Amino acid sequence: MELLLAIVIGGLYAAGLYMMMRRSILKLVLGLALLSHAANLLIFTMGGLSRAEPPILATAADATAVADPLPQALILTAIVIGFGVLVFALVLVHRVVQTVGADDLDKMKATDT
Amino acid sequence: MNLVLVLPLLIPLSTAILSLFWWKSPVGRRAIGVGGTFLLLLNGLWLFATVWRDGIQVSAIGNWPAPFGIILVADLFSAIMVVIAGLKGFAVAIYSLATIDRGRESFGYYALLNFLLLGVCGAFLTGDLFNLYVWFEVLLMASFVLLALGGERPQMEGAIKYVTLNLIASALFLAAVGLLYGVAGTLNMADLAQKLPEAHAAESVTMIAMLFLVAFGIKAGIFPLFFWLPASYHTPPVAVTAIFAALLTKVGVYALIRVFTLIFVQEVSYTHTVILVLGGITMVTGVLGAIAQNEVRRLLSFHIISQIGYMIMGLGFFTPLAIAGAIYYVIHNILAKTNLFLISGIMHVLYGTYELKKLGGLYKQTPLLAALFLISAFSLAGVPPLSGFFGKLILAQAGFDREHYAIVGVALAVGLLTMFSMTKIWLEAFWKEPPQPPSESGKARLFGPGATRYLLLSPIALVALLTLVLGVWAEAALAVSLRAAEQLMNPAEYIRAVLGKTS
Repeated sequence: MELLLAIVIGGLYAAGLYMMMRRSILKLVLGLALLSHAANLLIFTMGGLSRAEPPILATAADATAVADPLPQALILTAIVIGFGVLVFALVLVHRVVQTVGADDLDKMKATDT
Repeated sequence: MNLVLVLPLLIPLSTAILSLFWWKSPVGRRAIGVGGTFLLLLNGLWLFATVWRDGIQVSAIGNWPAPFGIILVADLFSAIMVVIAGLKGFAVAIYSLATIDRGRESFGYYALLNFLLLGVCGAFLTGDLFNLYVWFEVLLMASFVLLALGGERPQMEGAIKYVTLNLIASALFLAAVGLLYGVAGTLNMADLAQKLPEAHAAESVTMIAMLFLVAFGIKAGIFPLFFWLPASYHTPPVAVTAIFAALLTKVGVYALIRVFTLIFVQEVSYTHTVILVLGGITMVTGVLGAIAQNEVRRLLSFHIISQIGYMIMGLGFFTPLAIAGAIYYVIHNILAKTNLFLISGIMHVLYGTYELKKLGGLYKQTPLLAALFLISAFSLAGVPPLSGFFGKLILAQAGFDREHYAIVGVALAVGLLTMFSMTKIWLEAFWKEPPQPPSESGKARLFGPGATRYLLLSPIALVALLTLVLGVWAEAALAVSLRAAEQLMNPAEYIRAVLGKTS
């Protein structure tokens, strides 16, 4: 299972980075979204995959045999933050396309030094 | 609950929310925005006094004990940074009263400024790595909006680059946090410092350390990760650039110093050598980039990068004296660099441009401004008896102690080049005959009756005075930095404060 998830994470990173290197800024934002999903899945995998009981001590017989709830809590927080950031990035892209008149990173060189 | 630790978060948060309530009242949102930053400054001083007197302060949020719950910690370094954040927030808020236009104000400029300070103070005070990620996102979100507010074309182009590279840094940071949790099973910084040596995973820890170096390095703007900074920092109004220059890259430097003195100290000979080399290259590339520029804000943006190199170099030497030098340098640089940005804003008020070619004759127009510029510029270049000289002296001393002669030579040569590029601004903007006379409206704002001139000049004068004080009383400032560095280099005290007792 870890191997499968490792391949999925690697694929997500590769796809995300590929999208970010395209010239279209909409694809750049999609790449960012893929990148944050890859990071979330990485936390999930690194937290340790096990078929343990849910971490509710009243029902679990043994306190050591329950699953670790922390990675899920971290991922939940990261998903919420990632969602907010993604929404902002989409609005920014919309405004950029309106102001610059193109969806092309090569046309945005005026501020480069 | 330790009030002195929670207030640096509560004050900016409630200020920001209150100024959202007074959204439509120009006077109300201004008064609340500036008042909040002043309260934050007072609170920072209180925090500093408490930490100086009673040692490291800890507060467990929600009363969950240390390795499980989120905790706030303030050691001397954090306290110094909170004071500086409050000070710069206050100075920039006053300056904004005169320079930020109505349009930006009515879209919540002061609320965003306080949200930014909230994120910055949170990053300085948290004792948990994942919580640090959350605070980074808070300050990034506020900075995104501040950068794009106004919607001019250069701002939009700059914002795309700034947003993208900072979000990549955040994704890398998050991945590194996940990997570290897999290795150590905890994310509390003090707990990590205790558990990592026992984890027997030196290789993977070093790999994770390098991932953190890249993530924080993008935010701090070290070589070769700084390209977002000169592409975006010169696009927003100068007050925004000044607060960014003062605080955002320094949060990255703070995070680097924190994790590379507390957590990743297993393979110092490898990790800190990498940091040292990167610091050296950062200094050189930054200053060379600055020399090539002819626009004041772009020139100063490249100097930010160059100065980050000095702080990173101090971390790379990894002795108490060097860390003290890095802390002193952070304080000095925040004061001097922000002041130069604020002064460039006054050039813009008078001449309506930042291009060196179109500026001139400022010495004749306002000798006071020229004097304030000289204090900040000489301080940045490292002329005694100003603060930059002592910062460089301490760092050079620490480098000689570790027998890193080459990089100390590089640092001193970069100081000379900094001097050269400051002279360039002086000659072009202050001395030469102006190609065009200053605009009448600008002159009316700066010399005419009304409060504008005081709003523009008083923050610059205040900060220039502090730069002088920092230089003249270098011994006292160095004693504070040394004590902060001792705390960083002996993490036992920090670990005991966090894990031993929590109120």
